[in-house]
Amino acid sequence: MTVQADLFCADAVTRIEGPLVFARRRVEVGLNEAVEVIGADGRVRLGRVAAVDEAFMTIETLESTSGLTLAGTRIRFVGEPVTFSLGPGILGRVFDGVGRVLDGGPPVAARTRVSIDGAIINPMRRAKPEDFIETGISAIDTLDSLVRGQKLPIFSGGGLPHNRLAVDIALHARLRSGKSEPFAIVFAGIGVPYDQAEAFRKSLEAGGALGHTALFLNLASDSSAQRLLTPRFALTAAEYLAYVEGRHVLVIITDMTNYCEALREVSASHGEIPSRKGYPGYMYSDLATLYERAGRIQGRPGSVTQIPILTMPADDITHPIPDLTGYITEGQITLDRKLDRAGVYPPIGVLPSLSRLMKDGIGEGFTHPDHPALANQLYAAYARTMGVRLLAGVVGAEGLTPTDRLFLEFGKQFESRFVAQPDGARTLEESMAVGWELLRGLPETELARLSDEQIKRYLRKPAADG
Amino acid sequence: MNEAAIRWISGPVLRAVTRDPFRIHEAVHVGAKGVLGEVIRLHGEEITVQLFEDGTGLKPGDPVQGQEAPLSVRLGPGLLGNIFDGLLRSLSGEGRDFLLPGRFLLPAGRFHLTPLVEPGRILKGGDPFAEARLAPDAHAAQLCLVPPDRAGEVVTMAGRGEYADDEPVLTLRDGQGRNLQVAMSHSWPVRVPRPVAKRLPVDPPLLTGQRILDCLFPVARGGKAMVPGGFGTGKTVLLETIAKWCDAEVIIYLGCGERGNEMAGVLDEFPRLEDPKTGRPLMERMVVIANTSNMPVAAREASVYTGITVAEYFRDQGLRVALMADSTSRWAEALREVSGRLGELPGEGGYPAYLSTRLAEFYERAARVTTLSGKNGSLTVMGAVSPPSSDFSEPVTIHTKRYVRNFWALDRKRAQARFYPAIDPISSYSEDADVLALWWSKQGAPAWAAQRRRFLTLLEEQTRLERMARILGKDALPPGQRLTLLCAELINDGFLRQSAFSVKDRYASPRKQIRMMGLLTRFMERAEAAVGSGVAVERIAALPILRRLQRMGEDIAEEEYERFDALEQMLEADFGALSGPSGEEKPS
Repeated sequence: MTVQADLFCADAVTRIEGPLVFARRRVEVGLNEAVEVIGADGRVRLGRVAAVDEAFMTIETLESTSGLTLAGTRIRFVGEPVTFSLGPGILGRVFDGVGRVLDGGPPVAARTRVSIDGAIINPMRRAKPEDFIETGISAIDTLDSLVRGQKLPIFSGGGLPHNRLAVDIALHARLRSGKSEPFAIVFAGIGVPYDQAEAFRKSLEAGGALGHTALFLNLASDSSAQRLLTPRFALTAAEYLAYVEGRHVLVIITDMTNYCEALREVSASHGEIPSRKGYPGYMYSDLATLYERAGRIQGRPGSVTQIPILTMPADDITHPIPDLTGYITEGQITLDRKLDRAGVYPPIGVLPSLSRLMKDGIGEGFTHPDHPALANQLYAAYARTMGVRLLAGVVGAEGLTPTDRLFLEFGKQFESRFVAQPDGARTLEESMAVGWELLRGLPETELARLSDEQIKRYLRKPAADG
Repeated sequence: MNEAAIRWISGPVLRAVTRDPFRIHEAVHVGAKGVLGEVIRLHGEEITVQLFEDGTGLKPGDPVQGQEAPLSVRLGPGLLGNIFDGLLRSLSGEGRDFLLPGRFLLPAGRFHLTPLVEPGRILKGGDPFAEARLAPDAHAAQLCLVPPDRAGEVVTMAGRGEYADDEPVLTLRDGQGRNLQVAMSHSWPVRVPRPVAKRLPVDPPLLTGQRILDCLFPVARGGKAMVPGGFGTGKTVLLETIAKWCDAEVIIYLGCGERGNEMAGVLDEFPRLEDPKTGRPLMERMVVIANTSNMPVAAREASVYTGITVAEYFRDQGLRVALMADSTSRWAEALREVSGRLGELPGEGGYPAYLSTRLAEFYERAARVTTLSGKNGSLTVMGAVSPPSSDFSEPVTIHTKRYVRNFWALDRKRAQARFYPAIDPISSYSEDADVLALWWSKQGAPAWAAQRRRFLTLLEEQTRLERMARILGKDALPPGQRLTLLCAELINDGFLRQSAFSVKDRYASPRKQIRMMGLLTRFMERAEAAVGSGVAVERIAALPILRRLQRMGEDIAEEEYERFDALEQMLEADFGALSGPSGEEKPS
């Protein structure tokens, strides 16, 4: 970036309050334009213009204002919104939360410079996401399939193996056609502890994917206002890789809870009226500007698929963070603490999980003609099992009807053989075979979601498949 | 043109100084790009403007140009089959992969006009004066209406031919002797309801093809319904399904603050689906208004009014119109956000105190009416509500509930078991049902009201018994009650569950619904009689007919009515066999 000396402004700051810097306006400056606030100590702090009038402007700094003085502070005007310089060299690199190279290497050779807020994809120009991604995880592939261009968050809790699951998905994800297409992984760590970020890097390295990965790390020790920018930088990079370079990009963002906490903090410092649990009323719209940046565009080869991870405060799915996320994303994969304690990996709580775009990517012509019915029937049977467990908890297994006891057994098998995968990644065929086998333990009269044909083909001749 | 200069700007709100007579709610263009906005407050020489788009880069001194009219949309023959943003700007067009703020001019569509009036005719507001077609030989024609606020004697009327939709084709001379120019399209302010001659009581049902709606919780033409449900309970799929199969002539699908990929799904799927009645692509009878969640919030607020104004325009042509709004909660949140920025005192849940009034105004625009030109038209409104934390006691849900007549509550438990539509039969209700019983009896189902009542009571009873069974164990219930549970499960599985993705099951005609209801009622009668005469419930549960009834929706297509006859015979035979030799054993 060239330094424009005429756009420096010294001795203009009149008031500093939290992250807000109030200054006299001596140059033409527009709303949301990026500025650099340079303290007497010479440290550069990124900021943007939050409000302007004829004589004054309000600057929101994205880093701590600690150490700034009224007299010695200079402001440099960039003349455009916050941008990110991108080029093919971003893969294999590590950046901080605001897109500065962190790995000691040279800066990235820029081919293009784009606003980090991204442009809104015209809904009419979106291509329908329908390419089934095989993740190797039965509960996802069979019951809550992921498709390219989807945003499917993992709802987790403290101490659950969400990061391991995300890496497993990232490393295994492939199309069933076996076609190899250029792909990339963009990882955004928002407010993550150093050791977690490092563990992530290591497992990607071990999986041989680091060369296809761009890492954006906003560590727990970095400023909270920067946390708001980290996913935007990461998604801008993802969009570049997808729509300019034509890659299929998987974006993993962890942890969205830290993002929302930062949003609350910044909103409070602006003196805005809080909504539920102190989070700002615009949190839905703000989250949407991130999540909606997943998708595919007609006539362009790449795609952006998002797997944001969030830890539900106190495992509460009705908390505003998971609640608003669930309203925006196309489903959710929920991790279950009970299963985790029982040693089940991946501990996916099947009932509260959902994939909205699954219907477009499975079935005849996509995966397998009987895939939808199988998924439906497994869901119905497992939901019934939960009802039976509740009943058994009160009246005991003796008070159950023989059919109900079969469901209890089905549930046990379902969790230990279908959800749990001690044997490692499975192909969709392998996952479906386990599913059919479990259904064989139930009476045919209870399988209303399957057609007579399906019952005949999959459930009546157990020997034929072995 | 009114002009002002920006004095202060922050986020989507700006203040500007002017000496010109700006009006409240006047539409404005701001800055060089012409970012759209609306005047929301006047104070001395200062106006406050709310921007509908991103104002990045605007600065003090930039011009604000008033349009001297409130926020208006152009209504005309170019609407059907197209997709628009919340301010009714077309989203189609090549190369526009991303949306950028600012004015983009709508190229006028060209249509073939067939005049319906001759010079000398006296026309009043709302009267049709011509037909417009996409091609000279196209079957589908749309009526062109005199704007409701214009009237007069026809001076000139353009002849048959092709015209741009904004080109004057009709000249009227009004009472004061002034000449008024009228084009195929006209402009109407979105926040003003279009006038009608008379409101009529809601009557025949708006058939949705969904059994749980048509038979248990029907909505009438001109009625209003709300669909509250937490995330993942199937609001969007339900509204889309209704949009596909309901018997309205025009569908306005309003995606308000929802997902872009879902809009892509709609746009991909609807042009390929056929209208079961006309055989034409469903998209031809639709207008899609898409304001996805990442589009600016203030435009989301306006999109609801845009949608209902477009719907009223088609109603005024004497058509049966249905509007699906997904989701009205996002609209309420937009109201809250804008209100917060203006520093208004927050009410319940942070929403402005006028939330309830706005909701009432919106739902009141649903009606069955006699139009200004004397035709009958109807506008049915169905709004999704997304309560935070699935808590139905939050302000948007409770206020909406006061103004709608039909409540279709979605239930998370059902959705988790992939039981769709996941409408909870216990807490849902329909105030239109009593009126509609007459229509069903005219269709050859005089028992509809009684059967409906019976289904509802049975489902209510099921909830009670299941609670009891949880304490006592199912085996401890007497046979009569165990049968009730069996029948309730059968109604759930065989009637209320309906797959939106199965070609045979996604739409059920009234005739199919009547047959299914009849068969299930007959099953209950025979089963009750059998249990009364001492047959064990387990033997009824083992009857082959049970599985056939559970699956009849998915197994039997429309027009295969003889298969229902076969089912009926099977039912009678199965129960006949029960009372045979082995049926006489006494229960222990």
